[in-house]
Amino acid sequence: MAAPLTLLLVVAVTIRAALYRSSLAEVIAERVEVVSPITAWKRVIEGLALLDLGVSPYSGDVFHETPLVIYLFHFLVDYAEITFMLADVISAIALYLAVKEYNKQVVRKKQKFALEADRYPQDCLELIRSPKEMLYIPLKVAMFYLLNPFTILSCVAKSTCGLNNAPQIITPHCFKISFAVFLCLATYQSIYPLTLCAPAMLYLMQRQYIPVNYRRASFWWFVVQYLFMYLGSLFVLICLSFFLLGSWDYLPSVYGFILSVPDLTPNIGLFWYFFAEMFEHFRLFFLCVFQINVFFYTVPLSIKLKDHPVFLMFMQLAVISIFKSYPTVGDIALYMALLPVWSHLHRFLRNIFLVSCVLLACSVLFPVLWHLWIYAGSANSNFYYAITLLFNVAQILLVSDYFYAFLRREHHLIHGLYLKKKDGSEATLVLK
Amino acid sequence: YILYILIYIPIFVFVLLRKLIKEEGENDFQEELVIRPLHSGDIYASFQFRTLWETDFMRENKVSHYRLFPKSLGQVISKFSVRELHISFTQGYWRTMQWGQPFLPSPPGAELWVWFQDSVTDVDAAWKELTNVLSGIFCASLNFIDSTNTVQPSASFKPLGIVNETDHRFLRYATLPREIVCTENLTPWKKLLPCGSKAGLAVLLKSEKLFHSSFFSQTVHIRPVCQDRECKTTSWELRQTLNVVFDLHTSGQGKREWSLFKMFSRTLTEACPLASSSKIYIDVTDNPQEEYFELSPATPLLSQAVVLGDRRTFSVYDLTQQVTFGTVRSLNLLIRWKSTEGDMLRPLLHAERYVAGYGLQTGEIHTVMYNNHPFRSFPVLLLDSVPWYLRLYIHTLTVTSKGKDNTPSYIHYQPSKDRMRPHLLEMLVQLPPHSVTEVTVQFERALLKWTEYTPDPNHGFYVGSSVISALVPSSVAMDTNITQEQPLFSSFFPCKEESSYFVRVYTEPLLVNLPTPDFSMPYNVICLTCTVVAVGYGSLYNLLTRSFQIEEPNPRLAKKIANFIRRIRGVPLLS
Repeated sequence: MAAPLTLLLVVAVTIRAALYRSSLAEVIAERVEVVSPITAWKRVIEGLALLDLGVSPYSGDVFHETPLVIYLFHFLVDYAEITFMLADVISAIALYLAVKEYNKQVVRKKQKFALEADRYPQDCLELIRSPKEMLYIPLKVAMFYLLNPFTILSCVAKSTCGLNNAPQIITPHCFKISFAVFLCLATYQSIYPLTLCAPAMLYLMQRQYIPVNYRRASFWWFVVQYLFMYLGSLFVLICLSFFLLGSWDYLPSVYGFILSVPDLTPNIGLFWYFFAEMFEHFRLFFLCVFQINVFFYTVPLSIKLKDHPVFLMFMQLAVISIFKSYPTVGDIALYMALLPVWSHLHRFLRNIFLVSCVLLACSVLFPVLWHLWIYAGSANSNFYYAITLLFNVAQILLVSDYFYAFLRREHHLIHGLYLKKKDGSEATLVLK
Repeated sequence: YILYILIYIPIFVFVLLRKLIKEEGENDFQEELVIRPLHSGDIYASFQFRTLWETDFMRENKVSHYRLFPKSLGQVISKFSVRELHISFTQGYWRTMQWGQPFLPSPPGAELWVWFQDSVTDVDAAWKELTNVLSGIFCASLNFIDSTNTVQPSASFKPLGIVNETDHRFLRYATLPREIVCTENLTPWKKLLPCGSKAGLAVLLKSEKLFHSSFFSQTVHIRPVCQDRECKTTSWELRQTLNVVFDLHTSGQGKREWSLFKMFSRTLTEACPLASSSKIYIDVTDNPQEEYFELSPATPLLSQAVVLGDRRTFSVYDLTQQVTFGTVRSLNLLIRWKSTEGDMLRPLLHAERYVAGYGLQTGEIHTVMYNNHPFRSFPVLLLDSVPWYLRLYIHTLTVTSKGKDNTPSYIHYQPSKDRMRPHLLEMLVQLPPHSVTEVTVQFERALLKWTEYTPDPNHGFYVGSSVISALVPSSVAMDTNITQEQPLFSSFFPCKEESSYFVRVYTEPLLVNLPTPDFSMPYNVICLTCTVVAVGYGSLYNLLTRSFQIEEPNPRLAKKIANFIRRIRGVPLLS
C-alpha cells in the first residue's frame, strides 16, 4: 500500500507546487469562498507586520489567529508554502492510517458477525463487506482529501484552515489518551472541535473495550482521565499563549471574534447575511441560537451512535463545517474526504444525484455571482446569498442522507434485508 | 473748597472703581481683509478678526464680565478646560496648483481639533460634551463626531499657542468630510464678532454672494498667546477667519474686473468702532508699475510683509481714517485688469490623493506629494485617518520617490477597532528636491450591518483629507520676533526659525463605495436562513428520534367508517 500512497502524495504535491508558481495563487488567495477573516494568509502577514511595528497584532481588528500561529510563522514565514503542503500531506497520511485502522476493526466485527451468523437473518450477508472490497478504501480517502479541488484551493491560498484540519484528523487515529493533545490543539485554534471530544472518547472506549454504560465505574473513570488530559493541555496552551505575547488581548480577538461574529465579510456560510440584515434588538438572541446550533447535536448524536464512533465523528465534522461562523471550502473538504469509508451505503442513499448536482452547480456559481455583485455591479448581494442557501441545503441533505442510509443499513442487519408485510408483499420502511 | 471736593471726590471714586474693575484685563479687537487677485482671474478674499483678552479662564471664580470676547466661547473654554480650539467649516476644495497657498488652510467639510488642559481627567467625556456644545453654537451637526472618527495624532497638530509640554493624550482631532456649510452656520459665526454684522468689515459678509463661490471657509481659532518676548503676560486670542474665492465666470460674469460691490454686493461705510485697527490689504506684488491691473481709489499707503516664505507688497486702506471713504462716505475698491500676462509662483509643496482599484472588494489609497523646490529637500509629516470599514493592510504600505523606495523615518500606526475607532497613520517622509513621492496602501471594504449605512448608501462613504504638515524652506528670511506689529494674515502660524515657514496642506477627501446588502430584505433573509437551519434540525431530529418500521397500509376512509359502524352494531368487521 505504500507505493500507491507515495505516488498520490507526489502527484498532490506537484499540483500544489505548480499552482503556487502560477499567477493563480494571488487570485485564489483573495477569494472569499476559500479564505475567511480567521484563516486568511494576508491577515497573518499583517499580524506579523504589526508585531514588527511594535503594535500588538490584537489591538486592531484585522488579525484573529492564535499566538501560537504567530510564533510558528515568525520562523516559517519564508517557508509558508512548504508548511501548508506538509500539513496537507500529514493530514492525508493520518487519514490513510486512521481509515486502515478502522477497517481492521470492521473486519474483526464482521468476523464476529460471521461466527454468530445463525443468529442473524441470512439475506443480510450481502450487506457485509469483504476485506477485498475494503482494501482500497484508505487510498481512496487519501485521494479524496488530497485531490479534492477544495483542498487544493485552500492549500494554494495558504489558508490556515489546512493547519486547523490536521489536528482534527489525527484525533481519530489515536489509541492512547495522550493523543487528546491533538484535539486540544484543534479546539485551541477554533472553538468548534470541542464537540469532537465525544466521538474521540467513544472511539477510545471502543478500542479499549470499555463498555459505554453510564452505570459502570470504568466508564466514568475513563471519561475523567480523558477530560483531565484534554482540559489540562488546553489550559497549558492558553497560558503559553499568554506568556508569548504578555497579555490576554488574544482571548477577545480570537474566541470573542469567532463567537460574536462582528465581521460580516461574505463567505459560504449562513451567518454573514443573516447578521447583516438582523434587527439590532434580536441580534444577541439569534447569535446565541446559531452558536448553540453547532454544539447541541453532540449529545443526541452520541447517544444514538454510541456504537459507531467513527460515523459519529463524520457527522460532527459535517455539522461543524456547515454551521460554524466562518466556514470555508477547506472545512467541507475535511468531511467529504471521509465519504469513501461509507461507500457501501450507496444503495440506501436517496438524494445523492440531486445533492451532487446542486453542490457542483453552486461551486461553479459562487465565483460567477460574486463577480456580478462586486465587480460588474449588475447583481446584488441577494444572488450570492441565494447560492449560499442552496449550497448549505445541499450539504445538509447530503449529511442527513448518509445518516439515513447508515441507520437503515443497521436496521437491515438486525431485521433482514428483504422485509415483508403481514400479507407477504414487499414492505416499505418508513421512519415513525 | 466745596468745588474742589465736588471735582476731586468723583475723580477719586472713579479711579478707585477703575482699579477694582481692572481685573478684567485688556481687550483688543482688530479686523483685516486681504484681497489677492489670482492668476486664473479668480479673486481670493480673506477676512481676519482677532480679539485679544488678558484674562484667565482657568481660575477658580468664573469670569463674568465679557466685553469684546464672546461669552458663549468664553464659557466653553472655562467649562471644558480647553487650552486650544480650532474649528473650521469649509465648502469646496482649495486648488493649490491654480490658486497658490492659502493663508489658512482648511479641509472640505468640518474639522475640529482641541488641546485640553492638563487638569482634565476624562478627556473623552469632555470631548463628547464639547462637540455637542459646539454643534449647538454653530448650528452644525458636529454631534456626529464620536469615537469612530476621532483620533489622537502623536506628532501632527502641535499646539499653535503657548507650548508647555505636549502630551498627545490631551489632543483630539476629528473631521466630518460630509458636512455642508450654509447660511445657518455663517449667522452664529457672525454673531461672535464684537460689532456683529452691523459695522466694520463684517457688513460685507452676505450669504447670497459668499456661498455662490468656488471656495468658502469660516474658522474659529482660540489659543493662549504671549504678549511679550519673555512671556510674562499671556492673553487669550480668538481669531475668526473667513476665506472665500470668487470664480471669474460664476461671480465675475467673465469680466476681469472685481470690486467690493461685485464680490459682496455691499460697500464699506465705516470701520467697527470697537476695533483698534481696521485695514484692507490688496496684494500688488505682481503689479509694481500698474501694468497688469489698476486699483481705484488710489491709496498712498504701502506695506510689505513676509507671508508664506515670500516678500509681498500690499496696498493698504485704513478704515479708521475718514479720508479713506472719500467724499461719498463709502469705499468701493475696484480692481480692473489691463492685460492677462504674468505667471504664478508655483507652490513648493502640494499633494493629491485618490483611490485606485476596481470592484467593491479591495482598493488602494494613493497619496502623491510634490516637492517643487529645485534643490532643497525637506521632511513632511503625513497624517492619515481612515474609517474602520476600510481595513488597511499596513504590510502593503509603500513609499516611493523618483521610482525608488523611500522608507519613512518615523511611523506611528494605530490599527482600527471595528465600530470603535478609525485607523491612524502618521509618517515622517523626506521629500527629495524636485520630486514626486507616492504613498500607497491597500485596503479591503467591509460589509456593514444594514442599519449602519447612510440613507443614500450608493453615494459612498467619505474618507477625511490627509494632512501634510511641513517646514518648507523659505526664500526670504522670516521674522521670528513675535512682538513686532505684523498683519494678522501673516502671523497665524508661529515662526520658530528664519529659514523656513510652516505649511499645512490638505488633500482631497475620498469617496469610497462599499458593498451593500439589500435593504428591503431583513424579514425575508431571517425567514430563509432560519428555514435552512430548520431543515438541518428537522432531518436530524427525525433520524434521531424515530426508528424504522414496516409500513402497514392504512385502510381507506370508507372502509374505516364502515368498520366503525359495524363495531357499534356488533357485526364482524371487513378485512
